[in-house]
Amino acid sequence: MDIFLQQLVNGIVLGSIYALVALGYTMVYGILGLINFAHGEVVMIGAMVALTVIQLLVGSGIALPGPLIAALGLLIAMPVCMALGYAIERVAYRPLRAAPRLAALITAIGVSIVLQNAAMLVWGRQYHAFPALLPAAPHTLAGATVNDLQIFIVLLSAAIMAGLLALVHRTRLGRAMRATSQNPEVAGLMGVNVNTVISITFVIGSALAAVAGIMVAAYYGIAHYFMGFMLGLKAFTAAVLGGIGNLAGAMLGGLLLGVIESLGAGYIGPLTGGFLGSHYQDVFAFVVLILVLVFRPSGLLGEQVAERS
Amino acid sequence: MLDFAQRWVKLRRDRRVVWAATIALVLLLVLLPFVTDWAVGRTWVRIAAFVLLYMMLALGLNIVVGYAGLLDLGYVAFFAVGAYFYALLASPHFDLHLPFWLLLPAGAAVACIFGVLLGAPTLRLRGDYLAIVTLGFGEIIRIFLLNLNAPINITNGPQGVNLIDPIRLGGLSLAHTHTVLGFTFPAVYNYYYLFLALTFAVIFVSVRLEDSRIGRAWAAIREDEVAAAAMGINTRDMKLLAFAMGASFGGVSGGLFAGFQGFVSPESFTIIESIMILCMVVLGGMGHIPGVVLGAVLLVVLPEALRYLGPLQQILFGRVLADPADLRLLVFGLALILVMLLRPSGLWPSALRRRELAAGGGAAADGRA
Amino acid sequence: MARKPVILTSLSFALALLLAGCGKDAPQPGSAVVVKIGQVSPLTGPQAHLGKDNDNGARLAIEELNAKGVTIGGAKVKFELISEDDQADPKTGTIVAQKLVDAKVAGVIGHLNSGTTIPASKIYNDAGIPQISPSATNPKYTQQGYKGAFRVMANDVQQGKVLGEYAVGKLGAKKIAIIDDRTAYGQGLADEFEKAAKATGAAIVGREYTTDKAIDFRSILTNVKAKQPDLLFYGGMDAQAGLMVAQMKTLAIKARFLAGDGAQSPEFIKLAGAAADGVVASSPGVPLDKMPGGKGFTERFNAKYGQVQIYAPFAYDAVMTLVDAMQKANSTQPAKYLPELARISHQGVTGPIAFDEKGDLKGGPITLYVVKRGKWDTLETVGGGAAPQK
Repeated sequence: MDIFLQQLVNGIVLGSIYALVALGYTMVYGILGLINFAHGEVVMIGAMVALTVIQLLVGSGIALPGPLIAALGLLIAMPVCMALGYAIERVAYRPLRAAPRLAALITAIGVSIVLQNAAMLVWGRQYHAFPALLPAAPHTLAGATVNDLQIFIVLLSAAIMAGLLALVHRTRLGRAMRATSQNPEVAGLMGVNVNTVISITFVIGSALAAVAGIMVAAYYGIAHYFMGFMLGLKAFTAAVLGGIGNLAGAMLGGLLLGVIESLGAGYIGPLTGGFLGSHYQDVFAFVVLILVLVFRPSGLLGEQVAERS
Repeated sequence: MLDFAQRWVKLRRDRRVVWAATIALVLLLVLLPFVTDWAVGRTWVRIAAFVLLYMMLALGLNIVVGYAGLLDLGYVAFFAVGAYFYALLASPHFDLHLPFWLLLPAGAAVACIFGVLLGAPTLRLRGDYLAIVTLGFGEIIRIFLLNLNAPINITNGPQGVNLIDPIRLGGLSLAHTHTVLGFTFPAVYNYYYLFLALTFAVIFVSVRLEDSRIGRAWAAIREDEVAAAAMGINTRDMKLLAFAMGASFGGVSGGLFAGFQGFVSPESFTIIESIMILCMVVLGGMGHIPGVVLGAVLLVVLPEALRYLGPLQQILFGRVLADPADLRLLVFGLALILVMLLRPSGLWPSALRRRELAAGGGAAADGRA
Repeated sequence: MARKPVILTSLSFALALLLAGCGKDAPQPGSAVVVKIGQVSPLTGPQAHLGKDNDNGARLAIEELNAKGVTIGGAKVKFELISEDDQADPKTGTIVAQKLVDAKVAGVIGHLNSGTTIPASKIYNDAGIPQISPSATNPKYTQQGYKGAFRVMANDVQQGKVLGEYAVGKLGAKKIAIIDDRTAYGQGLADEFEKAAKATGAAIVGREYTTDKAIDFRSILTNVKAKQPDLLFYGGMDAQAGLMVAQMKTLAIKARFLAGDGAQSPEFIKLAGAAADGVVASSPGVPLDKMPGGKGFTERFNAKYGQVQIYAPFAYDAVMTLVDAMQKANSTQPAKYLPELARISHQGVTGPIAFDEKGDLKGGPITLYVVKRGKWDTLETVGGGAAPQK
């Protein structure tokens, strides 16, 4: 029984990480209907930029507390990612707003490839160890070990989700965002500067990506130019699972995906009498996803929108 | 300007001109291996063979994405099924060596079945939800191929299947060099011609499908599924048919690939492959056969041509400024972005799409059409 | 307009052919005979750091040979390395192999992954070009019956056996858990390890799996923890191994960690951090600093390319062995020096190099290392036999 609790804890933390990245995906999708394939790479760039800053600080010998160094890393990584997100939107997506949806998807793929290879050129091909800066004191809870950093990640993603929900539902900007996502033309008629709102959404999403990047790198202790790809894919899956375009859905989807993967890895073996094992954990996750979508075609919290012509 | 346009349209309608152009094209394709080998080396003949394989894949995906409008991000699964089907039944793995003429259609049929299996749960899904489910299926198939080596060894797991029988046509092995009428045909040429013949068949089937009741039903579903259903089209059957037909092309291509390469492993069937095939379809011109053909050619040729960035820099700048291996994929990504920005409906869209974009373009037209 | 796409198509073809044509008309240098040697590894993608490492190793060898000045068959020879990226993708691997064959290389060092080495070997074999892989460990590579296929490191069968016996015999493990990364390398090594460990009397209490792209292993490690093994064996590469060991520590798993050559690298220690101490890993060959020329190799390599990742010394040795065979046969023609290569006996920086009739490294020694205070320390060398006979 105690490994069940541990697996659950593992899953929730993993899921919070997915949620952090999925929130950015879902924000952009909500407003543009675009799967921003490049989001995973922006996360990676956030991690790499933060890494460079942190390596400089640590190497300079100035004695600063770990969390402060991490915060400084974030402070520099965020504007970089925001600028990057803004640039991507202006250069690659805005011109294609009226184009077929798939055109923007292919462009997003192109941007993703460019960012990956640019990062490879700048930071090299090797894996970079991210210094252990954040407190990770372990605690035992009914047989399961969980440390400070893990708790922080779960709380952070919940806080970010709450912040975003407040932004979208309680502010004028949020109202403008909702209006734009429902009907950009009418929103424009109502006085919303659609281009600005979309840019701001991208910028916020990219800022989130920087946070996610640092948290992933700090949690796993690694940064690598290829790390964005798998992460982006998992986050996209999580966002769809929860209902893409829905912020709470991204959080829920992320958590659910993390838990399913953890429990799957843990229990597929015993469940199938040893026939299948942890090598099928991704299959397990996808099967659950497919089952959910079969019964709820718009995701768990997605709106059941009737097909409008 | 207008005069030229009118003359061009007249030319296109002139039967004799069309026949002459077709014969010229066929002749060019038949002579391609010889010309390419002489001009730029045998590598490019091999690349041409891969172009044809990917062309079949892109045409198959075109049916699902271009005709029926179903976003499929896991198409490589059918390629994998076809390849492994051939590999397992024509290699020392099970020590079965079934003949090509039996395995290829059977592989296509098996892939067809998988297409229906994959399509069935997705019928109620739209757009990106469909995309993620198909992506999931693609991964599921790859993971099964990767891990079905215990407790019973079906696929040989990560080690892959090696020493696959080369394709034999009527007693002649394609893997050997043959001399006919004074011309030497090395293995690559033989495979090229086989792929060429099958590509023509695939193109023919695609053309006939597009211009048939089924094709029109697909177009209706793509444009407006509710209206299509209201018009009496059985959307469920039509969608499943789209998946099945698309999958069968993938299965054919897979079987050919296994015989050609002699070795298959799950590493060849990743998500990135599915994404690349999708790029070929969209970049070329979704739903438009010449566009898809062009897309396949470009996206296979371009990364290979970019290997020569080293010598190119040598010629332009006198020395190599940046290692081509570093730049190759970067330039490729830039090319993708540029092409989609400049021609969002694809490099060679069907006339219908171009009109659609021009009409609905509004604020974003910017002289494109 | 319908003609625009036609123009676009023709232009792009012309561009492609132009680019390809550039490759053909390579400028010919001065008076020395140029001998091209190919190197193939993934230079982009998740394993790019290992691919580049191979490339660097081969490059160092070529530079040293050229600096020394080599004469073969009475003519001064200048070596040129043609390095290609196969992206760890078997299809790309075959295209690149054909490209090297067309470029008339005298020999190929490559590929890195077994999945690309095997299909490519068919193409090299058809063209009669000898191929030495510095890192492909799938036994099938040398079981195809190709006369020109060689490898300069012990294959997984040999390594797994040594590891299995060491785990039970020297490390005293009775309950062993195994994780592999589901690649040809990881799974092959883990299976061989399992066989050897079982044969030596240990009980395998758990078998878990991950992928070569994963970074979170907590769920499978939790499973492993529940089985309370004495030792955890991982078949896979350094990045995953490093993260795995760090996560083992946070989960308070007390088992010893054992891995193969894929983890025996400085990257592993960097990524594992404090948790690395006590980890044991094997690597084919003899420790670099024990081989004549090994220390020099490390210094020269570090000066030019930084730290050795994993296989650079093997790539270096592969080039040196190839050229050694050429010198013995007094010819750079593959047909002429291949027989010499098959019976060569060469002292490399990784150990003595000689091939058996299949092309595998003969009686390759395998060294076990342990991490002490953040560095790899040599434990012992197993196998290898006496110095090779002439």
